[in-house]
Amino acid sequence: MVTRLEPHTTALSRRSFLVTLGGAGIAVAFGGLVPVAHAATETGAAEGLTLNVWVTIAPDGIVTLVSPAAEMGQGVKTALPLLIAEDMDADWDKVRVVQAPSDAETYGNPGFYGIQLTGGSETVRGYYQLLRLAGAQTRKILLAIAATHLDVPVGELTTEPGLVVHAGSGRTLSYGAIAAHGVLPDPLPQASEADLKPADQWRYIGRRDVDRVDVPSKVNGTAQFGIDINLPDMLHGAVLRPPVPGERPERIDDAAAKAVKGITRIVPLAYGIGIIGESTDAVRRAKEALVVTWSTDSRARTYDSAALAQAYRDIGRDLARQGVPARAEGDAPAAIVGAARVVVADYVTDLVYHAPMEPMNATARVIGDRVEVWAPTQGPTGTQGFAAAAAGTTPDKVTVHTTLLGGAFGRKAEADFITDAVLLAREVEGRPVKMIWSREDDVRHGKYRPLATQHVEVGLDRAGAITGWRHRVVADSIFARTLPEMFKSDGGLDTVVTDGTIFNYRVPAHLVEYIRQDSGRDVGFWRAVGYGQNAFGVECMIDEVAAASGVDPVALRLHLLSDQPRARKVIEAVARKADWPRPREGRALGLAYTDAFGGHCAEVAEVSLDRDSGEIRLHEVWCVIDPGVALQPRNIEAQITGAIVFGVSHALYEQINIVAGEVQESNFDSYRILRLSEMPRIHVEVTPTPENKPAGIGEIGLPPIGPAIANAVARLTGGVRLRHYPFLPDRVKAALAG
Amino acid sequence: MTAFTINGRAVQVAAEPDTPLLWVIRENLKLTGTKYGCGIAACGACTVHVDGEPTRACQTQLQDVAGRQVTTIEGLSPDSSHPLQKAWITEQVPQCGYCQSGQIMQAAGLLASTPHPSRTEIVAHMDGNLCRCGTYDRIVSAIERAAQEG
Repeated sequence: MVTRLEPHTTALSRRSFLVTLGGAGIAVAFGGLVPVAHAATETGAAEGLTLNVWVTIAPDGIVTLVSPAAEMGQGVKTALPLLIAEDMDADWDKVRVVQAPSDAETYGNPGFYGIQLTGGSETVRGYYQLLRLAGAQTRKILLAIAATHLDVPVGELTTEPGLVVHAGSGRTLSYGAIAAHGVLPDPLPQASEADLKPADQWRYIGRRDVDRVDVPSKVNGTAQFGIDINLPDMLHGAVLRPPVPGERPERIDDAAAKAVKGITRIVPLAYGIGIIGESTDAVRRAKEALVVTWSTDSRARTYDSAALAQAYRDIGRDLARQGVPARAEGDAPAAIVGAARVVVADYVTDLVYHAPMEPMNATARVIGDRVEVWAPTQGPTGTQGFAAAAAGTTPDKVTVHTTLLGGAFGRKAEADFITDAVLLAREVEGRPVKMIWSREDDVRHGKYRPLATQHVEVGLDRAGAITGWRHRVVADSIFARTLPEMFKSDGGLDTVVTDGTIFNYRVPAHLVEYIRQDSGRDVGFWRAVGYGQNAFGVECMIDEVAAASGVDPVALRLHLLSDQPRARKVIEAVARKADWPRPREGRALGLAYTDAFGGHCAEVAEVSLDRDSGEIRLHEVWCVIDPGVALQPRNIEAQITGAIVFGVSHALYEQINIVAGEVQESNFDSYRILRLSEMPRIHVEVTPTPENKPAGIGEIGLPPIGPAIANAVARLTGGVRLRHYPFLPDRVKAALAG
Repeated sequence: MTAFTINGRAVQVAAEPDTPLLWVIRENLKLTGTKYGCGIAACGACTVHVDGEPTRACQTQLQDVAGRQVTTIEGLSPDSSHPLQKAWITEQVPQCGYCQSGQIMQAAGLLASTPHPSRTEIVAHMDGNLCRCGTYDRIVSAIERAAQEG
């Protein structure tokens, strides 16, 4: 899987051909010019001539395209095939999309370590060129076949959607007819960047009227999520987990559980107790009937989130506590010591839970050393590894069927729910087991975004100009657990936790330090990860500096971004949209900006405040996003809006509290997420810059909204700063009281 | 055995009488469009109609629907032709889509009793249905469109 990223010089053969990836000199081998059995069997629908691992064309013109990434609401099941369709000149109405099998060798993301993992806003960015080249290659194959068939030079042929045209003779050949009668040329034509359609000839990229392929199935109940898998002879499963992670069952009284009608087996596991039965309801009853004595020596028992927030803040303030540098430009500490004035603040972000509407679940079947998994997973490649480890086999013996995901937000890249299903399936070899977490399991056993504190110090000279910026992030590490090798080779720096600290603002000296904590509880990737937490520190501090210097925060940003035209444009545009200079009675505006995942995004929040209750009212949000190429502008608006909603929700409401290792929240009655009546009016404007590559658009809308709200509150209240997510009414009241 | 009608079809189910209707629908009757979200009637993902009324299937027991008419998303129309389903497609409402069956069933209850709801009525009626993807604005637009286009 790594080798395919290496320059590839294997001789061309009938069964493989090369596509040169731009100027990078990377070549990718495409297998299987004969029908690809695994792609076809995914739906049983891909019939016809298979031109490469991505494209099959049936005699009736139906084009089946393979989508290699996980569809979790972000629209990739449309966006990726659209890229192939664009450059092959397919008729989009005749396109059908099938999900790729777990096969990183063939379908891995060239921009993401060559594996199949949908995350990090890397999908469109990573596959963009590969899939367009695959489309261009497909078109050239079709043209070559048509030239033979029509007995004309290939140079005289052009294409219309689904059609090869010979203008000279007025003859046409449909793609379906070519597929029905065509013989693949030998050698196969190659495609390079020169074969890609120029932007002014795009038929599908950038159009508002290309609908998402998954929407029809999501309005009539036919969409299949992981939780909907139903297989012959299938059993149902659940796992009872300890109240504190790391504890083990010491004594199990399962008499009552076994007596529940429909229970097949109770399975003691190292980390809990598995239950297998004939129905989800039987399994739930048995789970409730289990009487378990848990060990009491897990180090997670000392985890107390409120105390840790205080402790982490103190560590951030203690400059003697050294961190691992994420960036060290110039001598920021010296610049701050010598500054005329120093602005100092600490920002705290509480633990937050992903809350996908579809809880963790997976279905597994074990036969001998072979494992089959059906799961709403973001990472089929990782799932092969997790399942193999649980089953005591090797990843190549594991087949993963990626279903639709009912939300994921980083949580469904994890191993735990896959492991559960495989361990249960091992107990009833040959029979599939569908394992579902309850919502309570899902809330209490999350891989939350880290509890983090940021200590930020900025030195100013007499004129108010920034002389040095020091940013200290204190948090547990995600990579230390999920990518330990990388964490180690980066010298103990967790770049996903520090994401967002290294910014576009031009400052003379910049030091970013990561001070890792390890308090005994797993933390994970949560939508926008480090950007979501660190934009809070960066974007609030910019406003704090502006206030200290007596300058307008928009003007300050534009000044610090003088060499960043894309950044300046979105900030200027959003300020215009929101009518920034206009005063509002009882309300105020705040602005924040984020560059991440290849895009630029600026947001303005309009707030008012009930000073008695401490409740913030968010009335209106304006956003301008430069996504580079805008593949599907309507979907970008939806993604950005959704990320704003997610960001507002976490900045105002969301909080996991842990006391003596036990999570206090359990379900949507205690973990509050934003609901319809709490929606602000949101205005999103997409301003494409087609000369830039497409950005990832699933996450970038989230980071700016929290600081935009905090900045608005400060402007409304004459400088009262909110520095602790979420902005709960009690915290707001405390801040108002000074 | 509990007898009731689902999507116009008479059925008899042998599950325990206190089994949540949600799991009867999903597992005994294999209609998986109705989703499990919370199990405590706090999210609305499992919304179905019982005798025409939007009802949380996770907090309804099998015995509660004996002799009654249950409608799920699969029974709302035979071919996605309900005005709400059409509007949901036109407005491109779903993202992950997991909550949408419940959203549509909840909205269908509103339009059945109030064919031309105000925005305030829509918000009040739909406020118990959570959507983590944040599709709320398009949900409201789609309901308004369906009310208008009928």
